[in-house]
Amino acid sequence: MFHREAGVFKTTYAADMALYPLPIAKWTIAVLALIFIVILPLTLHDYYLSILNLIFIAVVGALGLNILVGYTGQISLGHGAFMSVGAYAAANLAVKLDLPFWLTLPAGGLMAAAIGALVGVPSLRIKGLYLAIATLAGQLIIEWTINHVPAISGGAQASIEVPRPDLFGFVLNTQGRLYYFLLFFAVLAIVATLNLMRSRIGRAFIAVRDQDIAAEIIGIDIFRYKLLSFAISSFYAGVCGVLYTYYFGIANYEQFQLGVSIDFLAMIIIGGLGSVLGSVFGAIFVTLLPIVIRTLMEQVGSFFFTDSELASVVSGTRLAVFGGLIIFFLVIEPEGLNRLWRNVRSYFRVWPFSY
Amino acid sequence: MSEDLGFFIALMLNGLSIGLMYSLIALGFVLVYKSTDAINFAQGEFVMMAALIGAVVVAFNTSPILGAILAVLVVLAVMIGFGFGLERVVLRPLLGRPIVAVIMATIGLAAVLRGLTPIIFGGETRALPLPIPDDPVVIGPATLPPIQVLGAAVAIVLFAGFSWFFKKSRMGVAMRAVADNQQVAQAMGINVERYFALAWAMAGIVSALGGIVWGSMLGVDVQIAVVGLKVFPVVILGGLDSIGGAVVGGLIIGVVESLAAGYLDPYVGGGTKDFAPYLLMILVLMFRPYGIFGKRQIERV
Repeated sequence: MFHREAGVFKTTYAADMALYPLPIAKWTIAVLALIFIVILPLTLHDYYLSILNLIFIAVVGALGLNILVGYTGQISLGHGAFMSVGAYAAANLAVKLDLPFWLTLPAGGLMAAAIGALVGVPSLRIKGLYLAIATLAGQLIIEWTINHVPAISGGAQASIEVPRPDLFGFVLNTQGRLYYFLLFFAVLAIVATLNLMRSRIGRAFIAVRDQDIAAEIIGIDIFRYKLLSFAISSFYAGVCGVLYTYYFGIANYEQFQLGVSIDFLAMIIIGGLGSVLGSVFGAIFVTLLPIVIRTLMEQVGSFFFTDSELASVVSGTRLAVFGGLIIFFLVIEPEGLNRLWRNVRSYFRVWPFSY
Repeated sequence: MSEDLGFFIALMLNGLSIGLMYSLIALGFVLVYKSTDAINFAQGEFVMMAALIGAVVVAFNTSPILGAILAVLVVLAVMIGFGFGLERVVLRPLLGRPIVAVIMATIGLAAVLRGLTPIIFGGETRALPLPIPDDPVVIGPATLPPIQVLGAAVAIVLFAGFSWFFKKSRMGVAMRAVADNQQVAQAMGINVERYFALAWAMAGIVSALGGIVWGSMLGVDVQIAVVGLKVFPVVILGGLDSIGGAVVGGLIIGVVESLAAGYLDPYVGGGTKDFAPYLLMILVLMFRPYGIFGKRQIERV
């Protein structure tokens, strides 16, 4: 916080693009690592660990969607379906071929990437609203297909139970064990995204977002990069879906309906479009929101509503607050929580000598 | 007439009348897009809101005819006011922002409406009876529910009305000018913001009538908003900014749905009705990205 930049002179572009912008950042990371690896899992109750686990999974999906929407400027209302593609691909492999998670996970991701790229094909010719509706169609068609093809969905219930993942005979069957498993993938996703955006590909994505015709004129193959963005983004979504499957122990298409696509879009809008940190903030915020609302309504709501009404009131309130927040952030603070965080940080950067 | 042909004609007529009812809702979408370039993902929720208010008003009155007239008036007033207010509070600040922002704002709006409705009105399904005869209308081999005929009639009247409005009336011409080029329209002394508000109010009118007709047919609860999802294939097919396109798109989607349900459902176990329109839409997007009657946009750097 205090005078972190004093004495730091960057003389090369490489230094300016470094993952650790300042020497002190290494210490911040070290402290965060200590908190997340040692302190939190040892001190928190299983219930709170389960919330953290859900956040970790959401981080992976939100990062993926942000690559597509925030960095490349395309839009997808089909990410819920891409997740279900990953989830069912992995579940089928795990159950029918008895494959371990370190094979089913990338396989699920790749399958989702292939389907996602296919859904993204229209993005060459159409954009904006038309693309949104095309991906919406993708979502509905994938949902329908999974639901109606028993070979994929595993029968009438359209759900497949998967065994818990195990690592060299060490079965990940408690929240504490799953915590490390999911933390690993969340961190991997964050680092991978940060690095992707520093690369040639990431810069091409941003150029396509800012003005795709101009990008094409300076020699970026926009079709290739748009498809690549859809594929990478869907890969994240697929991995996210596989993680959900292993976390819940079941692949069920109802977990991946249109509402989920919108939840994830809400995450990146509330968190901040085109920002890695924003995706993380958004994932935390959107995961915590229903939990907080439920707790609050259970405490306060009993004064106004009967118990039988309370369930529908809670889900209604959640939806309404959710929509309200999306509108609020879009109208008032388009850069999301990430911008608020930057404001706080830049205030303290020169504090207490503001002038 | 052979049995097969009769079945086919019955499916066609049913599809055409349902299609007109789809285009009624699609019209609300097109009106907004045509004049303000904004996209309303909450169209289904508008319809739901209108239907709910209508059901509440009808339930208050004992006389069916008076109740229905009152319901139409109240719903129209509320929806027009809602359209104005919405434009003012949510959409005006988003002018000139990326299209994703507008899409997400209306999705957020849809979530708000969908969340608040069961809290305010309760979750049960309400009836919205209209004073029309119950006997099905028989046209050749087809029997149509009277409400579908009424819906189709309302749709035709509205289309005629809006076509006249855009072609002949002073306001309609001004609105077309705004849609064509906002800056030039402004330079000609047209109050652009007023016409934006007017467009949303017109969407309110269409949703009000659509909501009453659909609510009367399906019964009123939150599920009725799903009709909104049907709008997208319709408008994509016809072209987003064309009123005639909404009609043709609606008719095509209605017929495709009806035929798919009649001929394919027995083989795949149901659900093609919800699926076929989207498949058709993807094909259209591949080959005619701006729909059948849509205006091709030319982009400059």
